[in-house]
This record gives sequence, structure tokens and C-alpha cells, in this order.
Amino acid sequence: MAAVRRHRSAGPLFVAPFLVLFLLLFLAPLGYAAYLSLFQERLIGGTVFVGLDNYVQALGDSQLLHGVGRVALFFVIQVPVMLLLALLFALALDSGLLRLARVIRLGIFVPYAVPSVVAALMWGYLYGPDFGPFAQLSRKLDLPVPHFLSDGWMLGSLANIVTWEFVGYNMIILYAALRTIPHELYEAAAMDGAGAWRIAWSVKLPALRPALMLTLLFSVIGSFQLFNEPNLLMKIAPAVISSSYTANLYAYSLAFTGNQVNYAATVSFLLGLLIVIVSYGVLLTANRRRTP
Amino acid sequence: MTTTAPETVATTAAEPARTTPAHGPSARRSTPLTIAMLAALAYFLLPLFWLLIASTKSAQDLFDSFGLWFSHTPRLLTNIKETFTQDNGVFARWLLNTVVYAVVSAVGAALLAAAGGYGFAKFRFRGDRIAFNLVLGAVMVPTTALAIPTYLLFAKAGLVNTPWAVILPSLVNPFGLYLMRIYAADAIPDSLLEAARIDGAGEAKIFFRIALRLLAPGLVTVLLFTLVATWNNYFLPLIMLNDTSLYPITVGLSSWAAQAQNGGAGASSDMIALVVTGSLISIVPLVAAFLLLQRYWQSGLATGGVKQ
Repeated sequence: MAAVRRHRSAGPLFVAPFLVLFLLLFLAPLGYAAYLSLFQERLIGGTVFVGLDNYVQALGDSQLLHGVGRVALFFVIQVPVMLLLALLFALALDSGLLRLARVIRLGIFVPYAVPSVVAALMWGYLYGPDFGPFAQLSRKLDLPVPHFLSDGWMLGSLANIVTWEFVGYNMIILYAALRTIPHELYEAAAMDGAGAWRIAWSVKLPALRPALMLTLLFSVIGSFQLFNEPNLLMKIAPAVISSSYTANLYAYSLAFTGNQVNYAATVSFLLGLLIVIVSYGVLLTANRRRTP
Repeated sequence: MTTTAPETVATTAAEPARTTPAHGPSARRSTPLTIAMLAALAYFLLPLFWLLIASTKSAQDLFDSFGLWFSHTPRLLTNIKETFTQDNGVFARWLLNTVVYAVVSAVGAALLAAAGGYGFAKFRFRGDRIAFNLVLGAVMVPTTALAIPTYLLFAKAGLVNTPWAVILPSLVNPFGLYLMRIYAADAIPDSLLEAARIDGAGEAKIFFRIALRLLAPGLVTVLLFTLVATWNNYFLPLIMLNDTSLYPITVGLSSWAAQAQNGGAGASSDMIALVVTGSLISIVPLVAAFLLLQRYWQSGLATGGVKQ
């Protein structure tokens, strides 16, 4: 420790490059968004300070609230399904009961390397009523053609794309965590008469807690800022996906087609804030459960 | 990586040696479980299989032949050639842009995170805890919520519609710094640093000659993650770039897809074949890098997921 203290002057130099860029590219945009959100551009009088007016407007903006509601619904349904699948796959891979385990692990992980743009394009064509294979098969079998891109199905179709992209990623996080559990724990549990399921439930799941938290946090961030997939599917189903379908799409269209810069900054800022709040909420709930 | 030291560090830090399966030495395999997992695997590979098949078809064949099998007139090479010659070869330009953006961002982000993580792990200085917690808190701030404010700021600074607009924001990776701090704390023994200092080595030399080498596996992990994130990035370049010749592959493909959709009959509907073939070409480099370097994904993710 004495040696560490003697070289304290070098520490700041190592962290400085990161922190400078962090300041310029992370904190400065946040601060700038907060600043912009306090102004409004008016036809008469130019840009004027309006205090929290933009926030009042945002909280009563039904387009924004619908967008947020939609991604919240998406989060509540898609994330549990995705994480449950990732957990089951990770446990199966770790059980040592699988043949071809390596091939299966890599194959499920591969979609993570596919850009979400390409994933959305592929699934968009697969869903399509013209040359999508599902529609082709249904026609061949004289069954009703499924309308994956219709209003009722769209959120589910989007959820399927995101699930396809990220199950493998989450599976690898969980699998990697499983691999670090000391072997002796299993032996001790087996000695006490625990079967494979019992070991999975009582030994593996508790040990996976931190990794599960990590995947859950990433999922909160991912689903609330949903943009790429709806933005791509919008092009093939413009009647179903409006420019305010998700909160992030709304902020984008405000800034770039509506030219409402100040209001777009407000919406971005609120969305970031909401994600931080939900993330902390998730962390706190989980921590409270651990210490009853 | 010419020394063996980083290899051992990688194993001890992330993956304690566990070569035998969890349940005893006898290799009991379950056929029902294997079949269930193969069914799952089929779901994950189906779209990629479709993409591979679709890339061999003309726009007409895409509509006329069954999606999950080849048509009578496969023409993968023709499609590839047309993809690269469409719009005066802009596709090659997009590929090159993507490679440049992704490689510069990934190398920069990994080095910045490594230096920062090392600084936070191995030195105590005034304000170090506050600074680190600030960075850690930023892990939860979504990048796309930041993107529009960053765009507005860059517009003021005249950085919009330049490669820097895409590269600069990708250099700051709070989660990467967090990973590297954990990694540095484990992988670099204080005694080694102390010995180097007694030998009279300067701090910079110690970092570049000794620490960086020990940090190599963690560094590669951050590098790969940033590489994938930048390669796949869509939102940031979409808002930052107007100039078609600056587009990365994601924004370029999306613009072609929009053309294919709006065009209807005639020349534009042939665009669909190009979008499909372009999609296939764009994922080949990453999928290959992925399969070759997969060891690093797992060890890096273990570091992040296990220690919190």
C-alpha cells in the first residue's frame, strides 16, 4: 500500500483521457439536453426561456405516453420470456447432458453478431405476406395466411426479433457465470441426495444472481430505448408503426422531421431519466428480496 | 500475445478450470434434451439459412419460388456482383466505412478503458471513488437517449456529417472501463508493479510493457464488444450522417430497403435482391470473427457477470 501511495500522481494521468472524453461526450450532451429542455422556439419572439413547460407538455402528451406504455408492455412480456429461455439454455448447456453442446452454444449465440438492421430486414421479409415462407406454406396448405405485420401482431413480431437477437447473448453471460461455480458445491449437494433439478434450483440459481441482475439491467436499457427494429419495420408496415410507436422513435421524429429541437431534448432527457429510475428500481427490488 | 502469462490469467480470472461435466465423470447424455435444444437451434439458424438461400435468387425468384429452398436458377455470384456495382459501387464504400469506424472505435475504446481501469484499480488519488461511481452510474444511461443531445451538440461544433460524429461517441464505454477495472485488480499483482518501480521503470513504461500485456484478454473482450456495437450501430450514424458516401453498412442497407419498398414495380423491385445479398455480405465478417474469437466473449462476460 505504501508503494501505491507513493505513485498517486500517476493515477490521474491514466484515468484522465477516459474522463475527459466522458465529460465531453457523456456529461456535456446530458447537460446540454437539460439546458435545451428549458427553452421553446416561438414564431414570435424566437427562443424563450419557459422553465418546466416542456416537461408539463411531455407528461400530458398522449403520443409520448402511448410510446412509453408500449415499450413498458414490451419490457414486461418480452424480457421475462427472453431471460427464461436464456436461463434454460444455459442450464442445459452446463448440465453436461447434451450432445453437440459446443455447436448448439455457438449457433444460439451467432444472432448476436447480426446487426439489428439486418435482423429486422430478414424477419421483415420472413413475416411478409408475399414471399415470406410462412405465408407461402400457409397458402400451400390452404390455411389462413398469418398477418405478422398487422396491428394486432406487430408488438409480438418485434418481440420475436429482439428475442432472436439477444437470447444467445444473455445465455452466454449466464453460462459463463455457471462455469465459475466451484465443482465441490455440486458434489456436496449430490452427497446430500440432491438430484439434477434440485441442484439447479438450490445451488445454481442463487449463484447466478449477479449475472441475472446484469442481464436484467441490460434488458431494461434495451427495451425502453427500442428503436432500430420498429424503425426498419416501419418501412414495410407504415400504416401500423407510426412515428410515435416507441418513445425513442417519437424523440427521433420530433428532432428530425418535426424540427422541435427543444421538445426532442426534453423527451430524450425524460426517457433517459425513466430508464435510470427503472434500473434502480429493479436493483432495489432485487436487493430487498435477498435480505428479507 | 507471445507470452503465456495472459492465458493463465484468463483462465484463473474468469473460468476456473473445470474440464469435467458438472455431474460426475460418467458421460451420461440425454437424447430428449439434445433434441429439444436442436429444435431451439433450428429457430436461431432459420433466418440465416433463409438469408443464404435468398441471396442466390433474383427478385423474381424471391416471389415465385419457395423461400426455404433454392430456385432452379441460382445466381449468388451475379447478385454479389450487382450489389457491388449498384450506385457506382457505393456498397464497397459502406463496407470500408464500417470497417474504419468499427476498428478505430474499438481500438480507441479498449485502450481508453484499459488505461482508465488500470488507473482506478492500482492507484489511489483524490476523487477516485467519486469519479469511478460517476462512470459506473453512466452504465445505466441509454446511449440512444444520449444520441439526440449529442447530435445537437455536434451540430454546434460542426462535427455532424463527418466520420468523427460516429467514432467519438463510441470511444467512451463506461461498461468497458468497469470490466477493465475488475480485470486489472485481479490480473496485475501489486508486487510486480513494485518490483518494476524498484528497477527504476517509469509509470508509462510499466503500463505499456507490463500491465497492458497482462490485461490483454480483458482488452480483447472490450475490443470485441465495441467492435460489434459499432459495426451494428444504426441510430447514431442515422442521425449524424447525411452524405451517402459516409454511411456505414447498416444505414446504407436500410436506405436501399426503403428504396426497394417504395419503388414497387420496375427497376426498384430488383433492389430487394440487392438488400438481401448485401445483408448476407455484411454479416459474414462479424460471424467469422465471432466463431474464431469466441473464447474471449465468454471469459469477458464471466468477469462482468460474476463480480458485482
